[in-house]
Amino acid sequence: MTDRPDTIYLDHAATTPCDPRVVEAMLPYFTTMFGNPGSRNHKFGWDAESGVDKAREQVAKLIGADEKEVIFTSGATEGNNLAIKGVAYLYEKAPAGSPNRGHIITSIIEHKAVLDPCKRLQKEGFDVTFLEPPKDGVITAAMVQAAMREDTILVSLMWANNEIGTINEIPEIGALCHERGIIFHTDATQWVGKMPTDVEKAQVDLLSFSGHKIYGPKGVGALYVRRRKPRVRLQALADGGGQERGFRSGTLNVTGIVGLGKACEIAMQEMEKDAARLVQLRDRVENAVTSQLDSCQVNGHPTKRLPHLTNISFGFVEGEGLMMAIKDIACSSGSACTSASLEPSYVLKGLGVGDELAHSSLRLSMGKWTTAEQVDYATNKIIEAVKRLREMSPLYDMHKEGIDLSKVEWAHH
Amino acid sequence: MAYGPKIIEHYEKPRNVGAFGTTAEVKTRKDVGVGLVGAPECGDVMQLQIRVNPTTGLIEDAKFKTFGCGSAIASSSLATEWLKGKTLDEAEAIKNTQIVEELSLPPVKIHCSVLAEDAIHAAIKDYQEKNGLAAKPAEQAATH
Repeated sequence: MTDRPDTIYLDHAATTPCDPRVVEAMLPYFTTMFGNPGSRNHKFGWDAESGVDKAREQVAKLIGADEKEVIFTSGATEGNNLAIKGVAYLYEKAPAGSPNRGHIITSIIEHKAVLDPCKRLQKEGFDVTFLEPPKDGVITAAMVQAAMREDTILVSLMWANNEIGTINEIPEIGALCHERGIIFHTDATQWVGKMPTDVEKAQVDLLSFSGHKIYGPKGVGALYVRRRKPRVRLQALADGGGQERGFRSGTLNVTGIVGLGKACEIAMQEMEKDAARLVQLRDRVENAVTSQLDSCQVNGHPTKRLPHLTNISFGFVEGEGLMMAIKDIACSSGSACTSASLEPSYVLKGLGVGDELAHSSLRLSMGKWTTAEQVDYATNKIIEAVKRLREMSPLYDMHKEGIDLSKVEWAHH
Repeated sequence: MAYGPKIIEHYEKPRNVGAFGTTAEVKTRKDVGVGLVGAPECGDVMQLQIRVNPTTGLIEDAKFKTFGCGSAIASSSLATEWLKGKTLDEAEAIKNTQIVEELSLPPVKIHCSVLAEDAIHAAIKDYQEKNGLAAKPAEQAATH
């Protein structure tokens, strides 16, 4: 599936290929069943609507929700925006123009699609606390509890982190929020479809995710909006036809929605088996790298993390130079230091990675069709590249000679 | 980023990688000049070393080690090639623009060539200071 003669794909946390079974399910909705589900008075509309209804059930089942609680979106970015702004504007303590419209809790390692809406709300008069996780990257319930206030209206924390794969204490945080009547949103883009999800047990009020991370199509996602205990209300971002219970106007992306539904159904059946295999591949990479290279570290919590993703930092090797040596491996590079063309990772920086032995980092994320052979090839290639670049690295020499790099007076540009 | 063939060639087969001894050793070697420029947090550190024949005043050998991107590695590799056989004055005259031209460095990578020029100047200066030679009122490095 991800076979290409020239490049191995190890970037499934960025996006996944569409499962052929998903594509197959979508196809009729492009051509013969092309109707608008909003057309209530003819067969074309009914066909499209039944496709959407089925998808809604498939999505609901995967996350333990009722199908009436599923809102289709264009993806997790829209879902996050709708959840965070939608709650803030409806549950605000004081109207626009007031100095404190309400308190929101999030964290510095959230995806930009959560951080930026929160920053916008901050400018608009909301008070936002950005929690800073410890070096293991896990946001605990205790941290959230300590930040909660009388005027807290919303907590928004990702279920699992996209860069390092660490898993936050979501059920515990959900319980805290419900005890206090605070709305709880989670960006579950990296979690749903990979790990069992139950919005009831986790006491989540709003949950967003995307289709394309779970072998579904791009441009479609879902937002779970709790209807009971409590019934969550949202201010819609777009005005229009009032589709999706009025939360999300716009003609439904029927093909995408059908694809998302099918992807959820397949995930429901296969994620457990996939996860068991992927965790072995992940451990295989990590064991090989850490046993054959010194001065490297696996980032994030050792056990509280996703099965298919690893983030490894390498000392004394620069990120862009490393990427150039492994051109035939498609993965993500998150450097903690600055480089002309590689954006430094704010997540790794936030965790304090890069202060000492981590000059470059690679995120490798495996998928359903990743083979042990691919993983071994990539691992060997990375180890070879790091060794070669270290032979060329003055920093590695200095490190071996016992020189403390943080004490050297560097000629800054 | 798409790299030019000359950058790739130097990156894959860098010339003159190495050093004339440990950091402590080269400090005491009077025939060796060391230039160490850049900073780890900026993503580039270049170490350039020249070995000078005191009688002829010619650079007999040059070595580099670079922490950085492919362009930084290629720039320093090329610099060592150009330094060999040159007098200190000739070496001093090497310009970053020549490196840019030779490697076809893209605009975002021009700082790599500036760093290489800085490393050359720093290595020459180190050699001159070790040997009590007055540094020429050299032109300043190219615009940063």
